[in-house]
Amino acid sequence: MGDGEARRPIGRVMAQVAMVMNLDKCIGCHTCSVTCKQAWTNRSGVEYAWFNNVETRPGQGYPRTYQDQDRWKGGWVRKPGGRLVPRAGGRLKRLATIFANPVMPSMQDYYEPWTYDYETLFNAPLGEDFPVATPRSVLTGEPMAVTWSANWDDDLGGGPELARHDPIVRRLGEKVRFSFEETFMFYLPRICEHCLNPSCVAACPSGALYKRAEDGIVLVDQDRCRGWRTCVTGCPYKKIYFNHKTGKAEKCTFCYPRVEVGMPTICSETCVGRLRYLGVVLYDADRVAEAASVEDDTDLYEAQLDVLLDPNDPAVRDKARRDGIPGRWVDSAARSPVLALAKRFRVALPLHPEYRTMPMVWYVPPLSPVVDSLTSTGHDGEEAGNLFGAIDTLRIPVEYLAELFSAGDPEPVRRVLRRLAAMRSHMRRINLGQECDASIAGEVGMTGDEIEDMYRLLAIAKYDERYVVPTAFGVDEADAGAIDEIGCSLDFEGGPGMGGMGGAPPFGEASGRPDAASVETFHALRVRQSSGGRVAPGGRVNLLNWDGNGRPEGLFPPRRSGPGEGETP
Amino acid sequence: MTTLDLLLWGVLPYVVLVVCVGGLVWRYRFDRFGWTTRSSALYESGLLRIGSPLFHFGLLLVIVGHMVGLMVPEGWIRAVGVSDPVYRVGALVLGGVAGFCTLAGIALLIWRRRTTGPVFSATTRNDKLMYAVLLLALVTGLGMTVFFAGLELAGGHTQDYRRVVSPWFRSIWILRPDAAAMAGADPLYKLHVLVGFALFALLPFTRLVHAFSAPVGYLFRPYVVYRTRVRYAAAGGQAKRASRRGW
Repeated sequence: MGDGEARRPIGRVMAQVAMVMNLDKCIGCHTCSVTCKQAWTNRSGVEYAWFNNVETRPGQGYPRTYQDQDRWKGGWVRKPGGRLVPRAGGRLKRLATIFANPVMPSMQDYYEPWTYDYETLFNAPLGEDFPVATPRSVLTGEPMAVTWSANWDDDLGGGPELARHDPIVRRLGEKVRFSFEETFMFYLPRICEHCLNPSCVAACPSGALYKRAEDGIVLVDQDRCRGWRTCVTGCPYKKIYFNHKTGKAEKCTFCYPRVEVGMPTICSETCVGRLRYLGVVLYDADRVAEAASVEDDTDLYEAQLDVLLDPNDPAVRDKARRDGIPGRWVDSAARSPVLALAKRFRVALPLHPEYRTMPMVWYVPPLSPVVDSLTSTGHDGEEAGNLFGAIDTLRIPVEYLAELFSAGDPEPVRRVLRRLAAMRSHMRRINLGQECDASIAGEVGMTGDEIEDMYRLLAIAKYDERYVVPTAFGVDEADAGAIDEIGCSLDFEGGPGMGGMGGAPPFGEASGRPDAASVETFHALRVRQSSGGRVAPGGRVNLLNWDGNGRPEGLFPPRRSGPGEGETP
Repeated sequence: MTTLDLLLWGVLPYVVLVVCVGGLVWRYRFDRFGWTTRSSALYESGLLRIGSPLFHFGLLLVIVGHMVGLMVPEGWIRAVGVSDPVYRVGALVLGGVAGFCTLAGIALLIWRRRTTGPVFSATTRNDKLMYAVLLLALVTGLGMTVFFAGLELAGGHTQDYRRVVSPWFRSIWILRPDAAAMAGADPLYKLHVLVGFALFALLPFTRLVHAFSAPVGYLFRPYVVYRTRVRYAAAGGQAKRASRRGW
């Protein structure tokens, strides 16, 4: 990589924490959504908000039909002169329409949040009828009929009637059929894309939304947000939510408190299918605007790849140092699974590049259950030639995937699927002890070694290789204490920071400065993941971090053991 | 001029000014998180889309009208060639239209607030008080305008606020309050001014503060905002926290 484009002078180098999701592995269990909700949006005002949600495609998504930008006006449009302007309008138009945002999804487009009237279950008098807990609207407290939710059409629930409203299906028209024999579906987990060219940030009149220069995470400054709601319109993925209790915008934080201390986001950590990858990519910030405004929508994918820099290139390392990116971040970028999947193997594609926001959550498109269907027709389902031939007749139409991942151009998707198919064939020969057939890899423009590396990353997917997250740099004063502490306790194995509250402070347990909760969590997780047995965390433990193992000191009153100790409280 | 007049028109303006400015400073320092429009567009947007621009644009015009009427001496107006009758008709027509739009807008918004379940649930007592005062200010202002215009048409004589209220208003800002001028004003003017006092005293403590965060800076900044954590802390943009945390 990097051979063609390295001639150009490198502009300002910036780092971005990015994610890849391998859709082939997603089983739609929603563990990511649930843990994310528990971590971030289990508060009133954001009951309806899911920073992470899992959609069934084809389907309307959440909020309903958010991909229909003719209606919702998200993302950027390229003006004839080549200038990019937010689709909902530039600065003047934004300010002129500030008193009533005309294109904002209503609560009904998400869903009206509800709870259940559990009290009647407990207080119902004895009677003939079995008491039930009826649904109540969280907004009004009134009884309501539940008719929609964030995931109502899960697993094609509602079938052809609802899936017909999928904006992509509507665009493809007759090419997608919903007859029973030809039904298809796959899952699409979504978080904020933490775009390189974020249109939500561009839409915020208050300047409260910003992209962090150190790691590219897009955040809302809660103190500066004034509740104008233009960001909700600006984001084409509709991943900014308006907290209707506080009157402020909220969004996926990429779990920055975790990422800053080197832990994966909560959605990644808890992903059952191990389909998420986290890593740093370096990019040329000066070329983002140019890449985002290439004329043809279908060139956006390549343009986006070109913005990413090769961290092994000495010139890039040089410039990264110049721009204040520490060496460990550059080293981390060199091991980044995101860079490997997106640029080295080119199997990860951006979601809706045509929105021109340069999204930084990438997707490996799903290879439908192709082997079984080929085998059932009497063919050898894992033979490379058969697999390649089958790609255009896959259950999930390539055109549908192309509308999601490559602005409608089927070629990039086809290339990815051929590489995934080649990997299957290649690895089967190895598993069966057959002679390696270099032509399989050659046919998709790879070497056997590359295919095996890709296989290791995609199929074996070790924890340390999936999540390559360096700890933060350039933190503000408020966080300096926490980060310093991590630095030293990581450097000294068994040092003061190595367990719970950091050993015995000099003047009793209340003396000294307590560890930040994130530091404790970090160590607790580390112990849990690297030890086989049921270990109690050493020393005193923060209840948030206690996993039920052992008897941490100070959590329970002392055991009454034997006679003579009757006075123990 | 009685003592009450002196208190109302010589002292109270400064009390209101201190409460308003002090309140804004206090709110900005201690409740930046609460400084928001607290929009209810998520619950209901159909009526809001009509009512809110009607009210806000109307109100902007009303504010401009008040500024001209109160701050610009009548001599200046005449000097630029606008005769008194022309000024009066213009002020009546523009003010009437703006006032009517504002009133119609707020009426629609209040009706929406009362009848749309979720919006009503999200209405606090603070909001209700604010709405009452705001509505009263609008009704007294517009009612007064219409009443005086009708009186003039019927051949009666009315007091020109530019001879009474405006000099008093300007005298406040040069710290030599002319309470006597206001003491001689028509009771309707007095009522409207008192309601205005209440509105400005309430302003920092209600959702009306969002008026002070009109995002003019948006016109002059690049679209994409980057922030480094270091620079941000040094600029003092965030309240300083101790590194010791409460949990």
